[in-house]
Amino acid sequence: MIAEIGLASLWLAAVLALLQLAGGVLAFRTDGTGGENPMGMFIRPAAIVQAFFAACSFVALLYVFAVTDLSVKLVAANSHSAKPMIFKLAGSWGNHEGSMLLWVTVMAFSGALIAALERRLPERMMQATLAAQGFVALGFYAFLLFSSNPFERLEVPAPEGMGLNPLLQDIGLALHPPVLYFGYVGLSVAFSFAVGALLTRQVTPEFARVSRPWVLAAWVCLTMGITAGSYWAYYELGWGGWWFWDPVENASLMPWLAATALLHSISVLAARDALRAWTILLGVIAFSMSMLGTFLVRSGILTSVHAFAVDPERGMFILVLLGIYIGGALLLFGLRAGAVAEGERFAATSREGALVVNNVLLSATLGIVLLGTLYPLLTEAFDVRVSVGPNYFNPVSAIFVLPMLVVMAIGPLLRWRRDRLERVMKPLALLTVIGAVVLAIVALVADIAFLPLVGLALAAILAVASFIPLRRRKLTRVPLATWGMVVAHFGIAVALFGMASESAFSSERLAALEVGETAQAGPWRVTLNGVDPVAGPNWTALEGRLAVRAEDASRTSEPIMMAPQSRTFWAPVQQTTESALATRWNGQLYAVLGNQLDDGRWQLRLWWKPFVTFIWYGGLLIAFGGVLSIIGRVRKDLTRRSVRSRLASRRADERALEAAA
Amino acid sequence: MKGFAILLALLAATPSLAQDSMPPAPYAYNQLDDPAQEAEARELMESLRCLTCQSQSIADSDAPMAGDMRHQVRSRIASGEHPEHIRGWMMERYGDYISYEPRMSRTTWPLFAVPLLLILVAGIALSRRLRRSKAEPS
Repeated sequence: MIAEIGLASLWLAAVLALLQLAGGVLAFRTDGTGGENPMGMFIRPAAIVQAFFAACSFVALLYVFAVTDLSVKLVAANSHSAKPMIFKLAGSWGNHEGSMLLWVTVMAFSGALIAALERRLPERMMQATLAAQGFVALGFYAFLLFSSNPFERLEVPAPEGMGLNPLLQDIGLALHPPVLYFGYVGLSVAFSFAVGALLTRQVTPEFARVSRPWVLAAWVCLTMGITAGSYWAYYELGWGGWWFWDPVENASLMPWLAATALLHSISVLAARDALRAWTILLGVIAFSMSMLGTFLVRSGILTSVHAFAVDPERGMFILVLLGIYIGGALLLFGLRAGAVAEGERFAATSREGALVVNNVLLSATLGIVLLGTLYPLLTEAFDVRVSVGPNYFNPVSAIFVLPMLVVMAIGPLLRWRRDRLERVMKPLALLTVIGAVVLAIVALVADIAFLPLVGLALAAILAVASFIPLRRRKLTRVPLATWGMVVAHFGIAVALFGMASESAFSSERLAALEVGETAQAGPWRVTLNGVDPVAGPNWTALEGRLAVRAEDASRTSEPIMMAPQSRTFWAPVQQTTESALATRWNGQLYAVLGNQLDDGRWQLRLWWKPFVTFIWYGGLLIAFGGVLSIIGRVRKDLTRRSVRSRLASRRADERALEAAA
Repeated sequence: MKGFAILLALLAATPSLAQDSMPPAPYAYNQLDDPAQEAEARELMESLRCLTCQSQSIADSDAPMAGDMRHQVRSRIASGEHPEHIRGWMMERYGDYISYEPRMSRTTWPLFAVPLLLILVAGIALSRRLRRSKAEPS
């Protein structure tokens, strides 16, 4: 019964999205002739009620997963009655259908939010925006209802569920996809605003200010999603790798790159009324990349192009949606871009100039990632298989990323519109010296590869440069949004330092130990105290007991205890390694328990990764900077609005007084 | 999928690959004694694809085949072979697909041409945009 209510709600939500679209189209078409089309008044309520029904549908899905209703096909295929509750719930979006339902639910919610709260823009533009939002949502509802119904029943209920891939039974999974989807959907809102602005030919700073919180929020979510995903891969897959340029990883990186560019260009539009067409184009690209990411991950094309060709229904559906939305938006852009004036001018040496350089370099990096991700799929379609991996992505993307990081250090020091490099000569000299000193010291002390070496020097430069905009300012009076920029840029430096340090200084130790023996890993001595069987709710495991001491510590000193596990799940049957991590301020010791050899020794994989944690601290700082920015912007907006309304009411009072007098 | 299944079947038939039931080859989970050689081996292993896994290098996979290939790489490096020579041997045997470092060839040239094109386009876009704005200050 609940499943049917869920399905019915989904249909109702789809119909409301249609109403939202139709209302928008009618209101838009008749507006020129004077009177307003009455359909226009349905748009906002339709968006709000649509969110209600989408939420009902999603709650219904959560319910059937929570009670493990095995007559529902999706539950039978992805869940198991003996799973912990948290993973039952997380499992509802850990599969194709459920994740798409989450997508539209989040999208409907953000649509409802702008419909209910956003009153700053001209009503006509809001209507066009909400109609665009309805149009995009409609495609996803159609996709769910016609080719990915999450509520499909089995004719005969299954006796037991198939279970969820044990690798995915992890708190990381519970959080990673929804956060990423919030990011994707946030970009869809920015996209709808861009379409609305194009349709009404009003690419204004006001439009930029209204859509900026959405871009920022989407960007924060993408940042956190990528950070969490990277950390999940790091500790869950058991080999200590945190980024492999895997297509799934790239699928989340590409929208992030586009969103980063969009975020900076929309700030220029809001502050300086420049870069109008470029901002709109980036809005279209950013959303295209989130659709493409969804397509890559959800169509099965990554497992094999041939598998996709055998069962192309879903993939084709998303591909067609991709074509309609992206093609349509680009067409609209092509038709209207001529009418969008370029906006204010600026000199090459100016804040805008630096932002343009960074935008172009970010877009070029995006181009490289896109090429490296799609090219193997393309050749595979012609039966030629090539692999593109870190050895390609690292050096080729560095061509654009390294200069971008340099410009990123300088840009915030420049003034808007027009500036002279001589004015910032002192900080530039300071940064150059810092970079050169770090480069020289590291090159002398350690023998490391070129990219990590440059990475370390740039990290030092950026770390200092990110705080220079605060000099000679009263810290209590610095706007929150500026703090956001400082923190986020500093986060990039921190993450860069972690990445460079991990790839330059990691040490690996593969050991086969008898109980009681000791192995050395980096500056640590690891003793295998024993291996015991342990059991969890749906798995059994062998757990190693490791005692870890610093190499210079005495044998009797208190050791750090680590307990890596080798788990065997029984539904479905699969082995996973649960790595154990010992975190110190200057890095992480990573331990994995392997198999027992015939002679009774146990295999251990140990890594000492200096400062690896800084990668994710950096990611969190970047996201935190984004949050600060959102709070700063929204707060400033609210004060501006309340001042305006107070002024208006005072004026009304004065008029009333005059009339009385 | 069919093509991939055939590929897998072919690989499974290759005699040098051990069966699941056999213990892993000596160098699958053991490092070389010489740190410099081990570093060389490590670098090569990180850029060879594990053919039975999805998007993993042989350096980070528990698949039996990855273990055997690690053994291949380490023992060849220990006997003094050059890493690129081993990569070439692997590519000859298993196809270009095995190497994560694409080489310039008739099928892969766009991977190298497009970045050059991007540099060109980015350069032109920047110089046009920035020069024009300089010429017409508002």
